[in-house]
Amino acid sequence: MAKINEAAMKKINDICDRYINEKTPLMMILSDIQKEYGYIPIEVQEIVSERTGISVAEIYGVVTFYSFFSLKPKGKYIIGCCLGTACYVKGAQQIIDKFSEILKVGPGETTEDGLFTIDALRCIGACGIAPAVTINGTVYPKMTVDQVAGVIEQYRSMEA
Amino acid sequence: MAIKTNTELDARIQECTACLQSKIDGSNGKRAVVLCGGTGCLSSHSDEIREKFETIIKAKGLEDKVTVNQVGCFGFCSQGPFVKIFPEDTLYRLVKTEDVEEIVETDLIKGEVVERLLYVEPSSGAKVQKQEDINFYKKQKRIALHGCGLINPEDINEAMGAGAFQGIKRALSMDPKDVIDEVLASGLRGRGGAGFPTGRKWSFAYANAADQKYVVCNGDEGDPGAFMDRSILEGNPFAVIEGMMIAGYAIGASEGYFYVRAEYPIAVRRLRIAIDQMKELGILGKNIMGSNFSFEANIRLGAGAFVCGEETALLNSIEGQRGMPRPRPPFPAVKGLWQKPTVVNNVETLACVPYILREGAADFASVGTEKSKGTKVFALGGKVNNVGLVEVPMGTTLRELVYDIGGGIPGNKEFKAIQTGGPSGGCLTKEFLDEPIDFDNLVAKGSMMGSGGAIVMDEDNCMVNIAKFYMEFICDESCGKCSPCRIGTKRMLEILTRITDGKGTMQDLDELEQLSNAVKNNSLCALGQTSSNPIVSTLTHFRDEYIAHIVDKRCPAGVCKHLMRYKIEPDSCWGCGLCARQCPVNAITVTDYTAPGKKKPAMSIDAQKCIKCGMCIASCRFNAITKA
Repeated sequence: MAKINEAAMKKINDICDRYINEKTPLMMILSDIQKEYGYIPIEVQEIVSERTGISVAEIYGVVTFYSFFSLKPKGKYIIGCCLGTACYVKGAQQIIDKFSEILKVGPGETTEDGLFTIDALRCIGACGIAPAVTINGTVYPKMTVDQVAGVIEQYRSMEA
Repeated sequence: MAIKTNTELDARIQECTACLQSKIDGSNGKRAVVLCGGTGCLSSHSDEIREKFETIIKAKGLEDKVTVNQVGCFGFCSQGPFVKIFPEDTLYRLVKTEDVEEIVETDLIKGEVVERLLYVEPSSGAKVQKQEDINFYKKQKRIALHGCGLINPEDINEAMGAGAFQGIKRALSMDPKDVIDEVLASGLRGRGGAGFPTGRKWSFAYANAADQKYVVCNGDEGDPGAFMDRSILEGNPFAVIEGMMIAGYAIGASEGYFYVRAEYPIAVRRLRIAIDQMKELGILGKNIMGSNFSFEANIRLGAGAFVCGEETALLNSIEGQRGMPRPRPPFPAVKGLWQKPTVVNNVETLACVPYILREGAADFASVGTEKSKGTKVFALGGKVNNVGLVEVPMGTTLRELVYDIGGGIPGNKEFKAIQTGGPSGGCLTKEFLDEPIDFDNLVAKGSMMGSGGAIVMDEDNCMVNIAKFYMEFICDESCGKCSPCRIGTKRMLEILTRITDGKGTMQDLDELEQLSNAVKNNSLCALGQTSSNPIVSTLTHFRDEYIAHIVDKRCPAGVCKHLMRYKIEPDSCWGCGLCARQCPVNAITVTDYTAPGKKKPAMSIDAQKCIKCGMCIASCRFNAITKA
């Protein structure tokens, strides 16, 4: 893990200070850091601990509890496959399997080039358009196995 | 400008009501284009459609004659995006950006209906012009969803035009105790799952004196397949905030927290906008409308943990801790958020509260069954023609839900079961189709209301696999605090996996039943206590499917991969070889049998090599390949 530079350190401290008047700010601080950097490594947790006085053990406990917080960096494009019931009965498992097959990584993993992370999501409440896939917030409704390769290609070509 | 008195509020409401009314009936001299802005329709580009309407209307110089409006969820998600034209009340469905030009030309300019975009009733094939005439909407009654699909959820004036703040106005004129009695009299029960009487919950918190109390709105909608809370927050956030304020006034709380899933960005944004607009108007904040009542509303985001839907786990999460449940008692009404008396209510529950205060308890109680009053919103999904959000009076039968509103099963397949209550609920089979839906009846029949997910399953769904799906979910989401849930769910999942892999024994079924009981009776919170419901209910109604997996090593629905066999019917095969070229493991070869009337010999699959990927079935043009 690279050493954290001063700019990042200042940014993290600023995030902590945003919630200085809150009784229990930890979740909000961690959400903001996750949004800013995409992950919350132990070094960052130490800075948060220093600033807020909350022990690293407690912060680590919270970070590892919630699926939105990640200890490792994620890919540039996060492919979220909804595996809620409505999507599941309409074949969401085959969709996520297809993504895994093409990208050669399993759910929760990131491709070697750092481009894609596959996430198995809990119901995202888009049951009316099941099976649903989200990529960096864009929702792909009524996905089919045949569309998977094309969707990946679309993002790859944006990088080329 | 802030509103300081009731008279000012009344004047404002009157003005807004007239304004909304004139938009709907066209008496403002304009026609209104209304587009759905719920998550489902937005993902099908309803925002681009809106922009295109705006551009074209501007280009044609129609700005003085037509307004373009975005509203909340119409509920009929499988037919979205929707465009509605007032005052004719014409509803267009499955609209694409390419259709905008035609709607403007034909409808807005020539005044004719674009027939091809009208909804077609699947049963009769008839085209339907108005929303109220569509079967999907006919049996619905909107209380919790009031305003959704009608008002602009980002405009407080439209909310007031649809009745907002009359509930809190009436509450503030009453004694807090009387407000609680009113809610008790309405018979409102918690819509989050357990169905506890809301008024009783409030009276407990009311009775506990403290320097500070809190109202918490549970918007951590986690049941897979349920999205009513999301749609309510997206469609009419004002009603939920108003409900929270009424609860706050009743129990003596001056602060409220919305705990909403981070997966719901649109809901959170609209909630923020609504809070800001209410503050600006003086409806939230200090001395609301000149009264002694002050109230602040805050938003907290979840971070992806299903167990946070449990009220004490949710409180821990707001307090910045791991979202693990607390032992009860003490209940939140005694020691809740930061150890202060707290009422935790679900989004849908709070959305019903303004209606009760506005229209009166008797009005609300006139709908529903003896012990379950009012309506319930269901997220109807799975193998049903009309997927979407429906609000029906309690006491509606499952058959009405699936067939009249849901339009039956696609492809005329056989109805197998309807799953209600998500991972905590159970499956109800064909013989229960005529049972009325209410809290107690569903529990008596072995399922539960839960938050209102209703997933229809047909003959192609394997019930053992469904039980395994829910157990995987629970096992993953078990917080790990108590061992019956942490270890028990894992063991149950292992057994179910064995069975679906074809390695199960009959003894596994006994063990499943024992474990189910142990986990049910000994877990700390509802997540564990109800975790075995899907197993118990599928074991009761579909024991033969379990036995088929165990004894015959066969999955009757053809879902469980390990038990599946692909087979080419030699007499249907034309020997084109397309499947063999698609097969990734070269498991398909030519036989020496040529069926009568065919020119080439049939193909055959080597079961030893087959990885059951399904490529061959997808490629076959003669339906010659079967799986079983």
